[in-house]
Amino acid sequence: MDKNKRNQNYNLYVESKVPKTKAWPSLFKAFLVGGIICAIGQGLFDLYSYLFPNLAESEVTTCMLMTIIFITCLLTGIGIYDVVGAWGGAGSVIPITGFSNSISSPAVEFKKEGIIYGICVKMFTIAGPVIVCGVVGSIVCGFVGLFI
Amino acid sequence: MQTIKLKKKAYLLEGYSIVGPLEGKGPLKDYFDYILKDDTLKESSFEKSERKLLQDIVIEAINKSGLKISDIDFFFGGDLLNQIVSSSYTARELNLPFIGLYSACATMAEALALSALFIDCGLCNNVVAATCTHFSSAERQYRFPLEFANQRPPTAQWTITGGGASIISNIKSKIRINAVTFGKVIDYGISDINNMGAAMAPAACDTIKAHLSNMKKKVSDYDLILTGDLGKLGSEILIDLMEHEKIIMGKNYADCGCMIFDKTMRVFMGGSGAGCSASVLNSYVLYKMKKGDFKRVLLVSTGALMSTTTSQQGETIPGIAHAVELVYEPENTKNSVAKSKQKKDV
Repeated sequence: MDKNKRNQNYNLYVESKVPKTKAWPSLFKAFLVGGIICAIGQGLFDLYSYLFPNLAESEVTTCMLMTIIFITCLLTGIGIYDVVGAWGGAGSVIPITGFSNSISSPAVEFKKEGIIYGICVKMFTIAGPVIVCGVVGSIVCGFVGLFI
Repeated sequence: MQTIKLKKKAYLLEGYSIVGPLEGKGPLKDYFDYILKDDTLKESSFEKSERKLLQDIVIEAINKSGLKISDIDFFFGGDLLNQIVSSSYTARELNLPFIGLYSACATMAEALALSALFIDCGLCNNVVAATCTHFSSAERQYRFPLEFANQRPPTAQWTITGGGASIISNIKSKIRINAVTFGKVIDYGISDINNMGAAMAPAACDTIKAHLSNMKKKVSDYDLILTGDLGKLGSEILIDLMEHEKIIMGKNYADCGCMIFDKTMRVFMGGSGAGCSASVLNSYVLYKMKKGDFKRVLLVSTGALMSTTTSQQGETIPGIAHAVELVYEPENTKNSVAKSKQKKDV
């Protein structure tokens, strides 16, 4: 039997043996965790609007985001957010808290290699691709929007 | 021939193992020599902790065997960190002639095999073979930062914190190294780095098959056939692959990665890492063999030889497995170290 065919058969066999992640429990956990994070965000938004009635809506949103990003960084630093992420999956990744965690976690991890080569270089190893894709996507959308 | 039958001169004199806090709660907790309470070992980085761990293991193994560091001729070692830094820095501290090895998680069997050959050929008297891994240093090199919130796929494995050292010597003890088989690098086209078990199982199958046929032995001749870190899925695949080769693996087959953790621990398919087979061999297997419960053991450490760069470039994962056959020799007493020393004095 030639090598390619053997490898193909082996890959098919392994795929049939691999335990599958159950979709519904994962979706439920993600929905629950993501929902709670969003509810906390909305709660903060309402609180800030109540406390500072003179602020514009966009400014209140900025304050709320800053608070929630700070909380995530803190929870990442003291080793709680990765537990939430391991349980909640995409529910913890999709909100801005996931982005905050993806930047603060390498910063904590690579502190030992120094400020420049450690923190500064490694900080965007996970979030970098997201930022690049976001910027490129917005340029493409901008062009499309210009001609429509 | 890839199997080398030794001339009955190389003995496994003593072994020593240290594991981390999580492994120390597993089913083998009573067999390990020392269980860490703090996996940083009071060092400022996890790389330093791994180094300290290996250094402690080697020194304690030498002490336990009744020898002195000056009695050791060579140190065979390796680990998973880039440029095998943990081993070389340990060798720097110990001031021993160092033979650095790398076969990923199969390094322990490779180190044992080469040590045994050195002794068997009469090149030296005592050598130490040691490997270790640290969960946190392996994670930051191979995967994501520790605090990054991600979900592991169900096929993932958990790199263990721990390791072991064996003193191989021409001083007689109850455990003799009978034969060694160096494995071929086998690649069946698995490219998923979260499924190491499937990538390594064909290599384990090839090495076990070669060892059995070269030694003219059957599976049932062994009290234990122990693979390194195939994990739950990898072991199941190995059993199927062996069955395909018309060799039925019986109840005497076990995997270190499956043995070291409890079913309730969130470690997915089980343990992995170079320290996995090293710590199980130098604790559980050593204990059982000294007692005579196991008379013939085949240790088959398995390793995946990819790097993060090759994986990112879409290469498949080659596997390797080395085998070491240990036999029990009841006539040799425990005090043989003392006896041989007396002989020297006379």
